[in-house]
This record gives sequence, C-alpha cells and structure tokens, in this order.
Amino acid sequence: MVGAFRLQGRFEMIHRLRFSTIVVGALIVSSVALAQSERPQAAQGQKTAASKDQKSAPAPRHDISGTWEPANGPSEGIQANGVKAMPNDGKPEHQLPYTPYGLELYKSHHALEGADSVLPGFYNDPRDKCEPLGFPRMNFYNLRETQILQNEYKIVMLYEYATTWRVIWTDGRPLPKVVEGGVLIGNEVKEPRYYGYSVGRWVDDTTLVVETTGMMGEDRVWLDTSGRPISDQLRVEERFHRVDRDHMEWTVTIDDPKIYTRPWIAMDKFPLKLEDPHRDVMEQYCSLTEMEKYNKLFGNPSSGEGGRAPEK
Amino acid sequence: MRSKIIPALVLALGMVSFSGSLPAHHGNAAFDNEKKITLKGTVTEWFWSNPHCLLQFDVKGDDGKVVHWIGETQNPVTMTDEGWSKASFKVGDEVTIVLAPVKNGLPLGRIVTAQLPNGKVLGSNPNRPYR
Repeated sequence: MVGAFRLQGRFEMIHRLRFSTIVVGALIVSSVALAQSERPQAAQGQKTAASKDQKSAPAPRHDISGTWEPANGPSEGIQANGVKAMPNDGKPEHQLPYTPYGLELYKSHHALEGADSVLPGFYNDPRDKCEPLGFPRMNFYNLRETQILQNEYKIVMLYEYATTWRVIWTDGRPLPKVVEGGVLIGNEVKEPRYYGYSVGRWVDDTTLVVETTGMMGEDRVWLDTSGRPISDQLRVEERFHRVDRDHMEWTVTIDDPKIYTRPWIAMDKFPLKLEDPHRDVMEQYCSLTEMEKYNKLFGNPSSGEGGRAPEK
Repeated sequence: MRSKIIPALVLALGMVSFSGSLPAHHGNAAFDNEKKITLKGTVTEWFWSNPHCLLQFDVKGDDGKVVHWIGETQNPVTMTDEGWSKASFKVGDEVTIVLAPVKNGLPLGRIVTAQLPNGKVLGSNPNRPYR
C-alpha cells in the first residue's frame, strides 16, 4: 500500500514536471517570438538593449516580460550586506522593528555578513549547504539577470542564481489564506513552499502588484544574507512598475507580524533595465561538490588565525 | 626556540578552533586588502567553480624552494563579465599574479590581476562584493 502511494506520488511528480516543462517551454517560445518581432535587428549575445543616448519607447500595457538586470550594475543586486533598502550596517535608520520573538530568532542566525556577523567557523547560513534560498530571499541575494515570461494566465520569473523559478498567477484566483500547517486553497490545506504562493493583479496599465504567502517556516529560509528572519506568517507585496519599455522599478514590502511589529520596505523602486532578448543567461549554481573542494582548499585555511596549509 | 614555540601554539589554536566547526565559505575579514603581492609561477590547476574560482600555481623562490599558492576569484558569472573564462589558464602556463594575501600568512589570496603567457592581463573589479 505504501509502495502504491509512493508510485502514485512519482507519477504525479512526473506529470507535474512534464506540465511545468510544457508551460515554461511554451512561454519561452511565445516570449522569444514576441521579442524577435519587436526588435529583429538585435545582435546575438549583446547584453543591454537600452542605449543611454537613446530615449526608450513607452512601456507596453500589462507586460513586464523580458530579460532584466540591475540597472546600476551587478553589485546592486548582490545585496551582500542585507536587503538593498535596509542594509544591516548598524545605522539606527536601518534597524528593523523586531518583535521579541523576531529578535530572538535573528540572534539564532549566525551570518557571515551584516552588523552582527560571526567568524567563518561559527555561521549557520543554509545557503552554504545549498539549501533552497526560498522567497523572498531570492529577491535579496545575487539578484542578477532575471527572465520574466508571461501569458494570459501567469507570469513566470526565472532567476539566474540557482536556476530557480517561481509562478505568479494572474488568472484572477485569490491569494491563499495562511492556516495552521500551510495555506487554504478551496477546502484543502496545502503545504508551505520555499517560494510560496503568488498572485498578481494589474493596478494600472504598467504596474503589477504581486502578493505572496505560504512560505516555509522560520527554520528553513532567511530573509537576507545578514540573517534577518521570516516566519510562516509572512506576507510579501511586490510592485513591478514598468517606467518605459527599457526600465522597470521593483518595490518589495515585508509584512510579518510574528517577526516585525510593522510592515517595512526591503527594496524601494529598485531599478532594472531591459536586456537584449537574445541574451543567453549563464548558470549560477550551488554545488556541494564544488563547495566542499572550495572550503577544503581555500575557505577553511583562509579563515582566521592558524589556518591549515593548502592541499594540492 | 621562542620562534618555534609561537607558530606551534598558533597552529594548535587553529586546529582547536576548526575542529567540530562547519566548513566555511568565508567573509571578507580574512584578507589584507591593503596589501598586494606579485608572484610569478606555473599553473597547476584552474578550477572554474562556485562559489569562487580557484587558481593553483607553484612559485619557485630564490632559494629554489617551491611554494604552492592558491588564489581565488569571484564566481564564474562575475568573472565572465570581467573577461575570464574556463579556458583562461591551462596547466603549465607561466603566469604573473597580483593578489591580496590572507592575514594568517598562508600562501592564499584574492587575485587582483593575472598576466597570461601571451602578455594579456585579466583583471578583477575590486569594488564588487565577493559572492
């Protein structure tokens, strides 16, 4: 009986994978076709579509598709010291409004970055075990080239780091309600997800508002690289405002009453620029094999006093 | 005598501090970023990998002794933007490396520039955060 359940589970998983592959594939084909018809003269592999001297065309209506990158350079998206709008730098204006529980949880996270960073031998960032970064940390760590594909039902975001994707439903479905053990969809309680459950709606011709709930609990995902926490009560609002064809602003608000006493803004009109649609985005991945070799040869011996000599 | 005791103590403390702790990807505090040293050596491995690429090379000192150095760069995505690639080095290449060494005195450091056998110099943007 258990075996039958396992087999059924596998079939469901394979079916889901096939469906996902078909949907993503269809989106890629339609998006590329659209992009080619708009800019047929674009050069293969050219990184940036927008020229500084060239005035951009107006933003298309209800469309945020394209390959986007941080407008002010890759460093902007790395957010090494914590979320862009509220870096964890010890400045009073960047202190977050922790609840007592939130502060306790923050102190249990030993980060390599930020005002309370620890020495390399004492940190516990799930990132370095190649755990899924989860949402919303995907927006706040190594945010590099991001491909956005959309059709009439959904928007798919393909993040470069860890080749991760998430789906934002725009078919009118409601945002799932957070309940004990997960989220309520219809009459069914569904499991929490690393990347949550997202729904989006257009509030004007060029602004998409996305809400996300149902993320993993506090033991699984950090908010950012400086160890700020989230909980299963988190609700995230994102506003994607396409300023013109080649530029977009991305604002992210964190609302987690279990961890923070009030909502706060983690990315404030973060500027993105459109890349050439032919741009082939590289992989950036976390490999335990490579991480282990790196730590053995360099990470461990380079850290602190009395490190070991490098091994050949 | 004293000069032998102090390194031994440092090594012992280091072994204690590393035993039982998690493997470490590292922060920025390990490096003496104000210091830059130039090394001429022979490539023994170019590891194009995440979270950082590693260049291993042997440097022969004036006394004839060979010291094995390892220099790290950023990740492959960032280094590609800087003009580096998986094919930038091959085993046996004679290279000149400028790097910021680690503070603990081991032959390790962050590569600032690498001059290839054909004279081409590959750089690494110092203003980019290491990730």
